[in-house]
Amino acid sequence: MPTKVLIYIKVHIINPTKNFMTRIEQFVKEQADYYGRRRNSLMPILQAVVQSERYLSEEAMVAVAEELDLSTADVFGTASFYTFLDTVPRGKNIIKVCKTITCHMKGKDEIISTIEDQLKIKLGSTSSDGRFSLLQANCLGWCHKGPVMLVNDEIYTEITPEKTVEVIRDYLKKTK
Amino acid sequence: MKNKTIKKVDLIFEQVDHLAILDKTLNRSSEEIILDIIDSGLRGRGGAGFPTGLKWKFARNEDSEQKYVICNADEGEPGTFKDREILTQVPEKVLTGMAVCGKAIGASEGYIYLRAEYNFLLPMLHQKIDTFNNVLKEKKFDFSVAIRSGSGAYVCGEETALMESMEGFRGEPRNKPPFPTSKGYLGKPTSINNVETLVFALMIANLGPKMFKELGTFDSRGSKVFSISGDTPSAGIYELELGMTLEDFVNEFGDGDTKAVQIGGASGYCVARKNFKSTVIGFEGIPTGGSMMLFNSSRSMYNILRDYLEFFEEESCGQCTPCRIGCQQLLKGVEAVKKGLKPPSYLENLQRLSETMKIASKCGLGQSVGNPFNSIINNFREEIIY
Ligand SMILES: Cc1cc2nc3c(=O)[nH]c(=O)nc-3n(C[C@H](O)[C@H](O)[C@H](O)COP(=O)(O)O)c2cc1C
Ligand code: SF4
Ligand code: FES
Repeated sequence: MPTKVLIYIKVHIINPTKNFMTRIEQFVKEQADYYGRRRNSLMPILQAVVQSERYLSEEAMVAVAEELDLSTADVFGTASFYTFLDTVPRGKNIIKVCKTITCHMKGKDEIISTIEDQLKIKLGSTSSDGRFSLLQANCLGWCHKGPVMLVNDEIYTEITPEKTVEVIRDYLKKTK
Repeated sequence: MKNKTIKKVDLIFEQVDHLAILDKTLNRSSEEIILDIIDSGLRGRGGAGFPTGLKWKFARNEDSEQKYVICNADEGEPGTFKDREILTQVPEKVLTGMAVCGKAIGASEGYIYLRAEYNFLLPMLHQKIDTFNNVLKEKKFDFSVAIRSGSGAYVCGEETALMESMEGFRGEPRNKPPFPTSKGYLGKPTSINNVETLVFALMIANLGPKMFKELGTFDSRGSKVFSISGDTPSAGIYELELGMTLEDFVNEFGDGDTKAVQIGGASGYCVARKNFKSTVIGFEGIPTGGSMMLFNSSRSMYNILRDYLEFFEEESCGQCTPCRIGCQQLLKGVEAVKKGLKPPSYLENLQRLSETMKIASKCGLGQSVGNPFNSIINNFREEIIY
């Protein structure tokens, strides 16, 4: 019987983009250097990405999975649990109007329709220029001063339609 | 009849020399500290009301190199906003309370789990924590504090869900037992306490248990910070002695036309006017994490119930069927009754469902949906149907 010679050829698939890191990959790596690469570093890293990018893109989640040696599905599965870890693109400014009971009683519906009119967007959507997303949130912890809204991390209490228009106008000026 | 005036207390927001209290406490043994807390009768202020001294004792008795202290600042219960105010006004007292807990149970690391909605507090808190950690280092007390942030999930206020979240997983509650005092964060013994509980523990460590015991009633010792909102001319944050009747409360805070009060947030109970007199606010009556929502006669109780159910339907973690499906069905069910698509008797089916949820749900969220549901339906059936 002739001896079979097996020849193994090791193929290097060269990915031309792999030598440099994209901006997101670089960012994720920096966060992992800072927060560590253990499982309990996952939330702080995802939160940092959302803080900077406003949402978790597929690219970001793949990068996080790679840095922390997790499956991408696991990263997505974790992120998708949390309302504030958005996995769809959001505007530069995220408006969250409190929809829960006391704010509802104190007129949050009027606040929402005011913003919808002013920015010409529907609740739950993002303006076409990418400057604003308008969302609702559950109780924000200011019920004695309802209605309230968060714009990014900033809180606005006892808002009226007039006051809301002013606040949004300020953000319009600030965000080019 | 003359009404009792409600006693206002100032233990939580009073400014104190926290470092002096720290020095005093670090010189005592952990047994002494824990005995004082047990003696004071302090029970958890986060909602469940577990005796704080016992919790610390259980954590202390565990044999483990590593233990943790967690300060629960997830404050997601609708109608509750006192922890934010405590963290804003007296952050040092919270940090020192954590250190006292660390000393008592033998932990060297403490975490504040802060809800994302309070991210604006982060710069201030980080600064206070840096200073505090340095002080502890100078005093050669092996303890340090760090912050972890939430990401907008109410259920993460549940202690084991909070730990899952801190460990980097979906915030799904664990089975209990094991309780966090034996297997908590990263599987290590952990004492998790509400923000307010930690400050009361600090004040008891400072002033002794006697002054605390003298406030309140046998079952509900001490005072409590209330978050008062809704139809009231004096919405805000008040520290009040426990054990008052709801009638006294409404006389003080109502707008003269109060028809119902929701005690304990969305997961608490709705009490109608006819029962104000017989309802005691405290562990012997209706306990509360502090949330008191007042409704006057202009409010539709159907809308209120719907809001609560929508809240639970959105915030259920979906891990167990009774809660995941139950919340959806209760919401759909009352909407159907309101629209006349189902007969009024359908409400009894829904009430049975809520009983099943109480028995079969895995965590406090699913178990307590029946509280607002049944108390509103029993008291305001007509408003739900017509
Ligand atoms: C759904 C759910 C949400 C909760 N949210 C909070 C919360 O926001 N803050 C809190 O202190 N406790 C919350 N708890 C109670 C905690 O599980 C735990 O009992 C508490 O943090 C213990 O602290 P304490 O003994 O000082 O009250 C929640 C419980 C459940 C079931
Ligand atoms: S009761 Fe609800 S929130 Fe709790 S574990 Fe079950 S599904 Fe999740
Ligand atoms: S209900 Fe809006 S802040 Fe609580």
